[in-house]
Amino acid sequence: LPTMSKGASRTGEQAWAKVPKVNGEFFALTYGAMVTQLVRDFEDVDEVNKQLEKMGYNIGIRLIDEFLAKSGINGACQNHREVADVIAKVAFKMFLGVVADVTNWNAEKNSFCLVLYENPLTEFVELPTEMTGLVYSNIICGTIRGALEMLQIRAECRFIRDTLKGDEVNEIQVNIIEVMEEQMGDDYNDNS
Amino acid sequence: DFRTMALLLIIVGQSGEPIYELDASNNKVEDFQHLSQFIAHSALDLVEQNAWTTNSTSLKSVDKFQDKYVSAFLTPSNCKFLLIHEGRNEESIRMFFVEVHEIFIKLMLNPFTEVDAPIVSGFFDKKIRQLAKRIN
Repeated sequence: LPTMSKGASRTGEQAWAKVPKVNGEFFALTYGAMVTQLVRDFEDVDEVNKQLEKMGYNIGIRLIDEFLAKSGINGACQNHREVADVIAKVAFKMFLGVVADVTNWNAEKNSFCLVLYENPLTEFVELPTEMTGLVYSNIICGTIRGALEMLQIRAECRFIRDTLKGDEVNEIQVNIIEVMEEQMGDDYNDNS
Repeated sequence: DFRTMALLLIIVGQSGEPIYELDASNNKVEDFQHLSQFIAHSALDLVEQNAWTTNSTSLKSVDKFQDKYVSAFLTPSNCKFLLIHEGRNEESIRMFFVEVHEIFIKLMLNPFTEVDAPIVSGFFDKKIRQLAKRIN
């Protein structure tokens, strides 16, 4: 096992221990206020989903530097699998306080899923019946996309399972579309 | 009689309008609906009066109507829980109100909840029904 994956959980715990924390209820309520305001402003659920993704993207492109500086990760990821582990065990832990599981790799090894058992954004939330199309936590998808783009990885993220819609867990599918090879290290191997 | 039989729970919002109602009685009497509304609304006046006399939020047996009692619980946000019941186990009614209040708080923290609008949350309804079953 490459050292990146083995140490990812530990790195995540250490990073989480060091970062400043905020009250979880305050965090959830603030995010909820923002989502409901978007719903009032845009009225169309699909448009709100787009806005949340865009907001996430803007967070992600800025967050990546903080992440790489403070997370304690040494060196670059060598392949897609390490990227997935770092997102799931370090990034999620450091910023949301929860870890995700990496599952469902496709045969080409350029698509995987992140399974989240807990989501601090959705504490107290119950979706109204007329809003079942709302992807409440879509900001997370945008954040992943933005952060990866800064690392020259073009990806698409979307929720395929959502606890607010009755699923048992939350599951985000990440499809890696393109890696700008010239910028990556020589060691980077798309398919391992 | 120490056994309490909860019959009807009404939650009245800040505006004075009922926002939730649960009929927990086992036999649905035809007129009971209207009777309960009447009992609950007249009890509201008494609740208002009582509220000013005590620091405690909680319940008083505020009214009695024929063989049925009305107990009340006042939330810090000035919502009122009214319970029409038979039997008078004050402690179990107090616990019931406290547990309803906890579920109510969680409902209020949902960013999609419209404050003071009729409660439409399926989750809330399910939880309250479970609570009512337990007390009966």
